[in-house]
Amino acid sequence: MIGWITDLGERFLDFLHYAGGITVLTVRTVFWTFVPPFKRRPVLEQMVKVGIDSLPIVFLTCLFTGMVLALQSAYQMQKMEAKLYIASLVALSLTRELGPVLTALVVAGRVGASIAAELGTMKVTEQIDALETLATNPIKYLVVPRFIALFFMLPLLTIYGDIVGILGGYMIGVWRLNILSNLYWDMTWNPLKVKDIATGLIKSFAFAVVICIVACYEGMRVEGGAEGVGAATTRAVVVSFILIIAADCLFTALFYFGFSF
Amino acid sequence: MIELINLCKAFDDRVVLDNANLTINDGETIVIIGRSGTGKSVMLKHIIGLMKPDSGQVMIDGQDVTRLGGKELNELRLKFGMLFQGAALFDSLSVRDNVAFNLIEHRKMDDDSIDRRVAECLGLVGLKGIEGQRPSELSGGMRKRVGLARAICMDPKIILYDEPTTGVDPIMADAVNDLIKGLQSKLRTTAIAVTHDMTSAYKIADRIAMLYKGKIIEVGTPEQIKNTSNPIVRQFITGAASGPITEDS
Repeated sequence: MIGWITDLGERFLDFLHYAGGITVLTVRTVFWTFVPPFKRRPVLEQMVKVGIDSLPIVFLTCLFTGMVLALQSAYQMQKMEAKLYIASLVALSLTRELGPVLTALVVAGRVGASIAAELGTMKVTEQIDALETLATNPIKYLVVPRFIALFFMLPLLTIYGDIVGILGGYMIGVWRLNILSNLYWDMTWNPLKVKDIATGLIKSFAFAVVICIVACYEGMRVEGGAEGVGAATTRAVVVSFILIIAADCLFTALFYFGFSF
Repeated sequence: MIELINLCKAFDDRVVLDNANLTINDGETIVIIGRSGTGKSVMLKHIIGLMKPDSGQVMIDGQDVTRLGGKELNELRLKFGMLFQGAALFDSLSVRDNVAFNLIEHRKMDDDSIDRRVAECLGLVGLKGIEGQRPSELSGGMRKRVGLARAICMDPKIILYDEPTTGVDPIMADAVNDLIKGLQSKLRTTAIAVTHDMTSAYKIADRIAMLYKGKIIEVGTPEQIKNTSNPIVRQFITGAASGPITEDS
């Protein structure tokens, strides 16, 4: 019984330590983001890695999701003779929910894992110590460019994902379910409000912070060589996934109850 | 002058430094010897402020490194050059950008001046014309030498060497030793090296200090160390399996 309580206590302390570490890194990253010098090149390099290189996987994920969404809703809508509303359902589901969440999950898997592995390898090969001995702040040099890149590229990827997903829905709706093209576009854009897109984008800004901070934190605290790097990479992806879903739930509740979105 | 005063450091229950004391004079090369895992690298990391001690002081020219932070610590670090055990070159940068890292980050120099300085430093370590290569394209010995070029690029007052000959073949190890000795006579810097390679220690050291169970148990010139009567130091320098140093010490 005592062992069980001790174990629970240790896990709780570990959790507090982890949460504290994440919070401190977030505050320091935001602080160093606004401290000069501001270098464009590392940020642009990261933007390519985070954004441009993620375009194919976001394209495939969102296209298929839009198609599946249209097909699954058609299953019910056709019974009610309401298949015209498939367009609205696809557009709203994607912009408010699936676009931001799926894009964030894909980027967490691809980019978050890559950041954790890269920084983890730098940690175990003493490159992060070397940075410090060269009078360079590792947060400013390593975390800030990734933070800025993710903060701006994830929302852009989300908009791209939304558009591709809607196109996927269109392909099924028009080519397979025989909805008229004009009608499909009308039913897509008419119910769509700026706030629908805005809520999705607000979420994606938050997801970008989660992905970057978790991946950098896991990478920078790696210990124990290749095994440690592997474990940190896995943890970065798992923790990011959980936090993205949890943050999505929180934001959706806030928008629904708090701000009447 | 560098002074380590009553330096203590423990990781969980494992005491690594236990009231360690050492004085390093300006311009001398001191080699800290000891078994693997005794805390030699930890001591080095305390000197450059990468680690904070549980208690004790690290005084460099009257400044306590353990109390410095942020900008002051970075200013002090610009006086240092450090060669890491695995060289710790930045994989994402070319050899030129690795060597010139501090010049690019901390000095406003034009590209031509940087290129000249990089070529000069690479020349000093016997590597010319490899500026465009990536660290992954270099052999272990070349990586060490590029690491050394990076360490000396800012004309440091103090150079720290963490296991400079580990992981390279004996011929390359001797070349690295010659390089360190040559740099010391040319640059007149204070140098602190940690190693368990006695050949290297005898070759490069003005003085040798032995770290054992968290304490500096003996300091002396290579000749004094060779002729020591301390059984622990004797066992270590002769590499005898039996003696007062046991597996768990």
